[in-house]
Amino acid sequence: MDFKDSPEEAAFRAEARAFLAANARPKGDGAPLAVRSDPATLEAAKAWQRKKAEAGFACITWPKELGGRGGTPIQQVIYAQEEEQFETPPNVFAIGLGMCVPTVMAFADTATKQRFVAPAVRGDEIWCQLFSEPAAGSDVAGLRTRAVRDGDDWVVNGQKVWTSGAHFSDFGILLTRTNPDVPKHKGLTMFWVDMKAPGVEARPIHQMSGDREFNEVYFTDVRIPDSQRLGEVGAGWQVALVTLMNERLAVGTGYGPTPEELMALARALDLGGRPAMADQAFREKLADWYVAAQGLKFTKFRTLTALSRGQTPGPEASIGKIVSANQMQEMSAMALDLADQYGILNDPAEAPFGGLFHRNFMFAPGLRIAGGTDEILRNIIAERVLGLPGDVRVDKDIAFKDLPTGR
Amino acid sequence: MDFDFSDDQKFMKEQARKFLKEQCDSRVARGVLNDPARGYDADLWRRIAGMGWLGIPIAEQHGGLGLGQIALCAIAEEMGRACAPVPFASTVYFFTQAVLLAGSSEQQAALLPAVAAGDLIGAWAVAEGAGVAAPGSALGCRVEGGRLSGVKVPVTDGAIADRLIVLAQEGGQAGLYLVDARGGGVRAETLASLDPTRNVARVTFDGAPAERLGDAGDGWALAQAVLDRAAVLLAFEQVGGTDACLEMAKDYALNRYAFGRVIGGNQAIKHKLADMYVKGELARSNAYFGAWALEEGGAELPLAAAAARIAGSEAYWFAAKENIQTHGGMGFTWEADCHLHYRRSEQLRLVAGAPRLWKERLISQLEQRNAA
Ligand SMILES: Cc1cc2nc3c(=O)[nH]c(=O)nc-3n(C[C@H](O)[C@H](O)[C@H](O)COP(=O)(O)OP(=O)(O)OC[C@H]3O[C@@H](n4cnc5c(N)ncnc54)[C@H](O)[C@@H]3O)c2cc1C
Repeated sequence: MDFKDSPEEAAFRAEARAFLAANARPKGDGAPLAVRSDPATLEAAKAWQRKKAEAGFACITWPKELGGRGGTPIQQVIYAQEEEQFETPPNVFAIGLGMCVPTVMAFADTATKQRFVAPAVRGDEIWCQLFSEPAAGSDVAGLRTRAVRDGDDWVVNGQKVWTSGAHFSDFGILLTRTNPDVPKHKGLTMFWVDMKAPGVEARPIHQMSGDREFNEVYFTDVRIPDSQRLGEVGAGWQVALVTLMNERLAVGTGYGPTPEELMALARALDLGGRPAMADQAFREKLADWYVAAQGLKFTKFRTLTALSRGQTPGPEASIGKIVSANQMQEMSAMALDLADQYGILNDPAEAPFGGLFHRNFMFAPGLRIAGGTDEILRNIIAERVLGLPGDVRVDKDIAFKDLPTGR
Repeated sequence: MDFDFSDDQKFMKEQARKFLKEQCDSRVARGVLNDPARGYDADLWRRIAGMGWLGIPIAEQHGGLGLGQIALCAIAEEMGRACAPVPFASTVYFFTQAVLLAGSSEQQAALLPAVAAGDLIGAWAVAEGAGVAAPGSALGCRVEGGRLSGVKVPVTDGAIADRLIVLAQEGGQAGLYLVDARGGGVRAETLASLDPTRNVARVTFDGAPAERLGDAGDGWALAQAVLDRAAVLLAFEQVGGTDACLEMAKDYALNRYAFGRVIGGNQAIKHKLADMYVKGELARSNAYFGAWALEEGGAELPLAAAAARIAGSEAYWFAAKENIQTHGGMGFTWEADCHLHYRRSEQLRLVAGAPRLWKERLISQLEQRNAA
């Protein structure tokens, strides 16, 4: 065990730092966070991704011939640590590069990989994840979007929902039902799909935060060639599990206000004649949050160490999002509390950090749901990590079409 | 001991719930949310005035119903349940209470009939920026020769108010002052807030004519006394809001299917809803005690008000966020009503000062009582 850089790691860190210093602004100069999907932001995000890819800092662990660096997981961590200290455009590639493209890499043929991976790494093409449906979120295997074989094609009809970034994505990975007569996990098949194909329509959904970053996506008689299938017919669930395993690695830490931002706020606020920073109750909370954030960070290091030793990270990586999403909600709520009555103002001209805490406050509820809810993640920890018995399942051995459903 | 609303009060509460269900479904709050420049729903406000609710704590001689504070608490609970986008709290819990508490008989006679008739929206202008001023500290708002200058921010309902009560300093002494918001020397500017269904403004005074309410030098003490009263009434709104969230969550949990059964069949959801209920009932009981203390007007009030405020803030916050969680992705949409309560719970939590201050105040009260 060694938390210090080896000489090679130190050299890599210096290289990363030099790249960032030459190409990005240091954090904390108060620039307002941009809304993610406006065209200018999207262009800035793409330009930044291309720069990173060209310098060998995008998808560091992926093979060189696919646009990566052929580097190590530790290098990935080092780069992320360095990048964190800079103001960079919002990462619109996280779902694509974190979940979708790894799935393509695991299941597609060589030609497909050569066509798609490098442009995704360079940020030229964006991918989205088309899993959730109106009646299938936590229970994603209960999805209804139908794919029916027709010659060399499949014909897809149905609706996806909550698809982040579908409106600006070029491609997606799409989980469909190909056989409703078998139990639900057995009748699924995965495809990749061109989001510009005839019959695909993305309609942005207005979120409670005011943004419109996720979508309803309708599929009407969309023809997908069988060559776009990922994995075997009926093996879509196994393919989806690979996506979801990558999700656990992709999401986890790094959300929301940092303890440092909260401290900066607390130093500036007066609470009845003394700075909020002197308040004992606040200091205790802050200590708890800092310790939890460190715990997550080092847990991630352990996961990556396992990865670099060729071991598969297990479902223990699920703790990341439970902790960080709830912490984002608590910390932003605390920031509002500290400002007292004034805390209700989210006017960018009035609110501290241009309204950063308020945006976190309004986005945190979504983060507690996206990519597996708090409750589902706890079930995963209890059942798959601790080995506690699963719920009595009423839906395991019945044909999908005979399952009870609600509204 | 009789720890419940009377039959008359219950009847009135039922009527209020029915009225608000019909007149104030979530489309009404959304109308203001989507167009914050409106500030409030003027039609609903007129209809509420027509019901006489603005005059509940006001004596009949001043055009009110003279039904007392406990009846007002019953209505407050229903206003909170409905997330009503009207300046009821500012006008009735703050402005009217301050006039009842500190106004001369002339001031009461001049102001209260207009409030009861729905012709006067009142607002409470104490805060001067982020954080909390220590009681007794110097104020930016000053009165000289009957004219007030300075800035108050945030002022809830400040841009739609007719009259303001302002905490200001005159010759080194703090006092409460009445200012005509429609008169000269007052400029109000609406600011963006988390809950646009309650207007928030920055109000700038530039030599505005000001009339003192209560004695010179009593400003901070009066402000705290008004806050104690408002805290109890706001706690009832929080109790109503908590109830509304629990009802929404329960309804969704009974109808949404995952894994072949309703999500409410999972213990994770059952326990979540049970926790909402427990917090809601603790808040309700503390609010009832607050209502009694408010009506009695005795020495119990500060402690009872603090307890009601702390429990109400905690219950509503928990219920609002976990109601979203129970709704999954749907709960995170603009279209679902969950966020109306998430926003309102934060508004109610902050509007009379964040709970952390009330906790300090509560413990100080306990210390004093134990020392005595
Ligand atoms: C901001 C955001 C972005 C998203 N992006 C994407 C995306 O890009 N692609 C995509 O495919 N999906 C995406 N989603 C969808 C997300 O994965 C689902 O919303 C989530 O899995 C929950 O599903 P649901 O919304 O159907 O809620 P439900 O599954 O209906 O859940 C409702 C409630 O019931 C609880 N519950 C359900 N089952 C159980 C159980 N067995 N035990 C205990 N509690 C249970 C849940 O925890 C929740 O509280 C996104 C969601 C959000 C909020």
